[in-house]
Amino acid sequence: VTAWLRAAVVGALIIVTVAVQISIFSHFSIDGVVPDLAMLVVVAAALVRGPAYAALVGFAAGLVLDLAPPTDHTAGRWALGLVLVGYLTGLARHEGRQSVPATVLVVAAGAFIGTSVFALTGLILQEPGVSVPSAFEVVPIAVVYDVVLTPFVIPLALMLFRRLEPAETW
Amino acid sequence: MRPVGPEPGRSRAVLGLLVLACVTIITLDARHGARGSPVDPLRYAVARVVGPVEVGGARALKPLTDIPSYFGSVHRLRAEYAEVQAENAALLQRLRVAQANSHRNAEVDSIARFADTAGYHVVQAQVVGMGPAQSFSRTVTIDAGTRAGVAPDLTVIDADGLVGRVLSATPTTATVLLIVDSDSTVGSRLGDSMELGFLDGGRDVSGDGTLQLRLVDHTVSARIGDTVLTWGSRNGAPYLPGIPVGTVVGVHSSPAELTETAQVRPFVDFSSLDVVGVITGSAFGGHTEIASRGTR
Repeated sequence: VTAWLRAAVVGALIIVTVAVQISIFSHFSIDGVVPDLAMLVVVAAALVRGPAYAALVGFAAGLVLDLAPPTDHTAGRWALGLVLVGYLTGLARHEGRQSVPATVLVVAAGAFIGTSVFALTGLILQEPGVSVPSAFEVVPIAVVYDVVLTPFVIPLALMLFRRLEPAETW
Repeated sequence: MRPVGPEPGRSRAVLGLLVLACVTIITLDARHGARGSPVDPLRYAVARVVGPVEVGGARALKPLTDIPSYFGSVHRLRAEYAEVQAENAALLQRLRVAQANSHRNAEVDSIARFADTAGYHVVQAQVVGMGPAQSFSRTVTIDAGTRAGVAPDLTVIDADGLVGRVLSATPTTATVLLIVDSDSTVGSRLGDSMELGFLDGGRDVSGDGTLQLRLVDHTVSARIGDTVLTWGSRNGAPYLPGIPVGTVVGVHSSPAELTETAQVRPFVDFSSLDVVGVITGSAFGGHTEIASRGTR
């Protein structure tokens, strides 16, 4: 029962995060780029629980990001990006507290991997609007914006995932 | 100290499974034909859950999200300015339609219909979500859905002109494809010469963006300052005829291309979309024709 409750809390967190990213942060965009809040949640999950769990959270968050209105791109692209972000940043987890520079580095790497994989799949599928120059324009802004929001989002998300952590990991 | 996590082999198996799932979803969704994607029911289900959360979030934090627009200007001046701007927009729109009407011939009485703007049924809606530039597409969520009469393919406008068309709708929200999206093509005509053309969305992933107009008849050319209107199609879907779209700001022709392209700056400011209107029908008997078209 508690396992289901934990999953439900993470699910609700993902839905609220994606909705906030779409409806509120679109007003604070830099050249149209908004911070990847869902990606920050996945990174927090990775730092607390490791690669397997974070990949799963990344899959769920990515799928919601792929399907939530007003998206119109091929579904599964953000899911793939965030699965890889969760797994790879999860490998950076180690016992004890993460240092601040290390966390910032992990977030920057995650933002780069996520947006790049998304752009790359778009190029492969020849989705309209995706081009190498536009990717070069968007990816650096996304990385910087995510790092800027790290001190506000990551500590909260870390705390939540620590509290959600069961006594023994699966 | 936290307990040691699962062994790397198991993590890799989880990763493999999830990547496989993602690739499957991408393949299923990318290969869909005209009959719609197998992922569409899932998309609809997520839209029904996330859409209302977006609406709630946008409404609850309206004072906060208004902050960027308040920067650098006094509140009173802003209100006054908005009033003058609205008045100006209304006058400009009247002028544009009048210009077009003065050039119309007997066959083009669709534009005269637009002059009688009171003849349209317009559903007002608020923009509650915007697609990020990271997604490389220009789409927005609005807080009106099928319950308000909004259906796929309906025309979306604001006080300045054409905004886009409805892609999909749930009972309470709808997704709108903006004309600046690179996937968008609008059949249009020049207000002065009545020449027909196709207006393609820009390559820009952000900002206002300019549109590219390709004229059908390559013996004629566009003039800078010409007004571009929608051309319209059968049953008024996806775009109704005679809606102002933008002004020609540049003309470009190369020997390699058969048709000349003109840069068109849209009348609508896409970086600050707020209240829009969805045309759900007209007093001229278009209501059922327009609304019954359910294709994309």
